[in-house]
Amino acid sequence: MADLISQGTSLKERFLRTANPLIIALWLSLLFFPFKGWKAALVSFAVFSCIFISAKYISGLSKKILVLAGSMRHRIEASGLCSCRSKKILQYVLLVGILILPFMLRDYFIDVAVLVGIYMILALGLNVVVGFAGLLNLGFVAFYAIGAYTYALLNIHAGIGFWPALPLAVGLSAAAGFLLAVPALRLRGDYLAIVTLGFGEITRLILNNWDSLTRGPNGLSGIEPPSILSVSFGTLTHYYYLVLVFVLITFFVTRRVYASRIGRAWVAIREDEIAASVMGIHTTMYKLYAFAFGAFWAGLAGAVFAGKMQFISPESFTFMESVLILCMVILGGIGSIAGVIIGSVILVLLPEILREVQLYRMLLLGAGLVLLMVFRPQGLFGGKGVSLRS
Amino acid sequence: MFLQQLVNGLTLGSVYALIALGYSMVYGILELINFAHGEIYMLGAYLGIIFFAFFTAAGLTAYNLPLALMLTFMLSVLFCAAYGFTIEKIAYKPLRKAPRLSPLISAIGMSIFLQNYVMLTQGATDKVFPHLFGAAGLEFLSVRMTYLQITIIVVSIVLMIALRVFIRKTRMGKAMRAVAQDKVMASLVGINIDTVISLTFVIGSGLAAVAGLMVAMYYGLVNYSIGYIAGIKAFTAAVLGGIGSIRGAMFGGILLGLVESFGSSYLSSEYKDAYAFILLIIVLLVKPGGLFGKAELEKV
Repeated sequence: MADLISQGTSLKERFLRTANPLIIALWLSLLFFPFKGWKAALVSFAVFSCIFISAKYISGLSKKILVLAGSMRHRIEASGLCSCRSKKILQYVLLVGILILPFMLRDYFIDVAVLVGIYMILALGLNVVVGFAGLLNLGFVAFYAIGAYTYALLNIHAGIGFWPALPLAVGLSAAAGFLLAVPALRLRGDYLAIVTLGFGEITRLILNNWDSLTRGPNGLSGIEPPSILSVSFGTLTHYYYLVLVFVLITFFVTRRVYASRIGRAWVAIREDEIAASVMGIHTTMYKLYAFAFGAFWAGLAGAVFAGKMQFISPESFTFMESVLILCMVILGGIGSIAGVIIGSVILVLLPEILREVQLYRMLLLGAGLVLLMVFRPQGLFGGKGVSLRS
Repeated sequence: MFLQQLVNGLTLGSVYALIALGYSMVYGILELINFAHGEIYMLGAYLGIIFFAFFTAAGLTAYNLPLALMLTFMLSVLFCAAYGFTIEKIAYKPLRKAPRLSPLISAIGMSIFLQNYVMLTQGATDKVFPHLFGAAGLEFLSVRMTYLQITIIVVSIVLMIALRVFIRKTRMGKAMRAVAQDKVMASLVGINIDTVISLTFVIGSGLAAVAGLMVAMYYGLVNYSIGYIAGIKAFTAAVLGGIGSIRGAMFGGILLGLVESFGSSYLSSEYKDAYAFILLIIVLLVKPGGLFGKAELEKV
């Protein structure tokens, strides 16, 4: 009797185990039904069930593959192929490649490369706030906008060139970061996120509605590109090198700061704020620094962006942009500078590659974010577990 | 003028309050800003339009309008609840033990996904909800109150009271409060946490669907991007009232609606969306826990 019962439950369990993918597929396609009708629902049911059933068998296989890959990596590391010296050589090759890149590519790709550079500066800046100090900032694009608009307005109304305007643009966004942080830092965690988001929205609304100054949604056009002596950075190749210099500056400065006393304080605050304050770290002050320092780079990126585009409008500074920059920081691995750089390269290049399926790219981005968080919350290249409490 | 704005503000506010309840409930239990909640509201509006169009095509609307409306409401609430349930299972449940940032990012991803999902299947242009109620309404003291406005306010209040009774009096409501207070202890006394969380999402999404459908009827136009701004405002409302508190969400929503309606009529309508955030920043500075929130205890 007991034997029968146990067999019964195991049968039921077996049924559930095989039926589960089908039930899930049915459920999902049912949800899909009102938006696309019966036919699409049937198709999606077929597709989903294929995916889930195959995923069930593949999941066992993928574990084996991962184990294999792990042992391969050990063997490669042991063989000395990845030694310090070969890494150095790789770095030099990469550097030379970056330097001669404009001579090998078409204008379109140089354009994309410049964009990658601008986003790298932004992502490295946001990484200071989110990655180092662990403060979630969802309105980062506001500082980017402040930098861009400061340069554009100074240039158009007062005829001030790029270089004299740059310190002003950068200083103003750093000051804005400081000003936002003063009230916001009394709040914790999610409250902070929502206030920064509000700040971003308010900035965008002001830019959009202060017609007499910013020409509202029409945007500002006719911004001069930067120039040194008589050489104007009008051409893309010149601009590429300019952005490259800025990216390198951002890279080295943020790296140095990360390794400094201030950077260590930020990490301490990120990992455990109470413990950090007990250790004598003035937490409020250091959080202020983080906000201002992050905003500083956003302002720089903004000015560079305005100079490159020669046209800016509030459209470029929406919440989605903030999210995109945040994604760059998270994709590669929060808090790791190399990860952030790789993340920004991927996220700028991906939409360009996906231009064929333009309509679907945001859909894919959204789904990709969810999947990334579910399967690799530490980012693609992040290894160490960074605990973000905010 | 003043009274008229009061009525408009109350209408808007009760909608915000309905959406804010979902935010507040989820936050109270999971401590997660459910960014996709605004999208559920948008889905509710779209599903309403789709089902209503279906019933019109089937001839039910001409035959019995109230029945068609009831069915539309029920179906969109049902589907939105299903969406909420599924989103929790896909995007949040695997991340329950992850650091705080992960579910937030996942929620943002979900929100982007749903927005584009609706845009791709329904088109990027505005969708129209047929005009049903007209401008007829009550009028006293030179204040017009359309029947639709009255319906919106009454439905919202009834739903809020029902929710309050549910949470205060029923077994499941008690379980929800227990989980919100302490998940580990709740599971130790035999509460199934997963069920409670799923139920929270189902109820919150249902309320958001009602709000979306009513707004679709009120404005007559729906766009795939309405979820974002409504969601942010509802979250602001929830924070205003003290997030996690049901009473706070209701008052926060209504307060926000009033501020917006008075602000856009007396100050400037261009900055309508900014008032919410300015109000939020002021309130948080004076009272960091929100109006009805308890002072946050630092957990060491």
